[in-house]
Amino acid sequence: MEKKRIYFDHAATTPVRREALEKMLPYFSEVFGNANSQHMFGRDAVKAVDEARDTVARIINAKPSEIYFTSGGTESDNWALRGTAHARRDKGRHLIVSSIEHPAMIATAKQLEKDGFDVTYLPVDETGTVSPESVRNAIRDDTVFIGVMTANNEVGTIQPVKEIAAIAKEKKITMFTDAVQAAGVLKLDVKELGVDMMSFSGHKFYGPKGVGVLYVKSGVKIDPVMTGGHQERMKRGGTTNVPAIVGMAEAFRLADEEREKNAAYVTALRDRFIAGVEARIPDVKLNGHRVNRLPANADFSFRYIEGESILFHLDLAGIAVSSGSACSSGSLEPSHVLLAMGVPEETAHGSIRFTFGTDNTAEEVDYAVDVLAETVKKLRAMSPLFKQFEGEKQYV
Amino acid sequence: MYNEKVMKVFQNPKNVGEVENYDAIGTVGNASCGDIMQITLKIDNDVITDAKFKTFGCAAAIATSSTATEMIKGKTLDDALKITNRQVVEELEGLPPQKLHCSVLAEEAIRAAIEDYRKKQGA
Repeated sequence: MEKKRIYFDHAATTPVRREALEKMLPYFSEVFGNANSQHMFGRDAVKAVDEARDTVARIINAKPSEIYFTSGGTESDNWALRGTAHARRDKGRHLIVSSIEHPAMIATAKQLEKDGFDVTYLPVDETGTVSPESVRNAIRDDTVFIGVMTANNEVGTIQPVKEIAAIAKEKKITMFTDAVQAAGVLKLDVKELGVDMMSFSGHKFYGPKGVGVLYVKSGVKIDPVMTGGHQERMKRGGTTNVPAIVGMAEAFRLADEEREKNAAYVTALRDRFIAGVEARIPDVKLNGHRVNRLPANADFSFRYIEGESILFHLDLAGIAVSSGSACSSGSLEPSHVLLAMGVPEETAHGSIRFTFGTDNTAEEVDYAVDVLAETVKKLRAMSPLFKQFEGEKQYV
Repeated sequence: MYNEKVMKVFQNPKNVGEVENYDAIGTVGNASCGDIMQITLKIDNDVITDAKFKTFGCAAAIATSSTATEMIKGKTLDDALKITNRQVVEELEGLPPQKLHCSVLAEEAIRAAIEDYRKKQGA
């Protein structure tokens, strides 16, 4: 029997779709010019980048001059936060970010604290949602930045960005949203959301890795972080990654075109999976908001057992998932997102994220539920935490 | 990250469960750190005749539990106490550096169980 290879980790990365790849290929060896060169080779490269910029701008309802290409989500997040903190330091030194931001934001905020900035980390409720009221309460006279992600990468909870952005606008504070998990999945209109900055990354929507976007509304102050050449209107140094930008724009265009169809497809898979797990396995908890969540995301805590063990059992059965447990990341702390949501540490250790894609099938979902039920049963049988609950809980 | 031996043991661990009418029990670690190991022993004339484990933890924790219980079976208590975490790791042909603490846990669980036994004997 051929070994199964089932990929349920689309929030980590996605394969580059064929159309995007084909569009990229000429820009490696044929149209190889440096987009900064003035000669014809450079001009050919610029043309491709300009087209990509137009496409990206159109989809998020921005102007092409408001789109900056970067090396990905991490760079865009770093740039938005650090670039704003430095550009607006005369106005104030207070920054607000949610406690469930991606490490690209949290680690940058921690570093800025060392540099003398004050940071407020907003709490979330048990569904992983930031309340606009908590944002309002955190604002000080010297607040210059609010960063709340569009949707969380671990538990998939969609945030009330529009409401928070309205508060930021009223207080003249720069509003940023990390849309890395949402781009290509949710309809993102920067004007409707009312944000000043937005980040996203090509490889989350079947585009290439190593390329991303920072949208910066015209007139909003930001210092460069990647200093060097004249690229991206003097705002972001570094030789323009032409093939990656072309591939990302094509993948983004197709994701936008197919958005409703794809969302319906992965939502059906996700709901089938959630229903299967909840019917077959006792003592599980779906993390995140049951309704306001990304179509592809199902994040579960399996009580009394540890996430990495689950992950490897699934891996051995040909199913690739991601774990929120400390053990797989090499740190001792479990997921900061789950802890912020009030999930007890031992439960947080037993958490697994399943993220579905258009390349998955209902058969794969059913197989995964079977394997998962078996795995959880096996691991609980060897868990010292489980014994006290034996007899009380019935296995189905 | 794990070698084949570790994955093999993790997949089919030996001595899972609790020894019936055990003479000694040792539990170490805590759930908030993500590791709890419980070892139960049957002891006859200061010789470990049976050993079983229950572990809440990662693949390395499960593999070291299995290996440690295998290593102490048939040994006298004094010899079992001489087993170090390094020997457990060697038996598994190595662990990733960030997982070495799991092998320490196995050593500690054996010690805790034997201490438990000696305390009961002394009492």
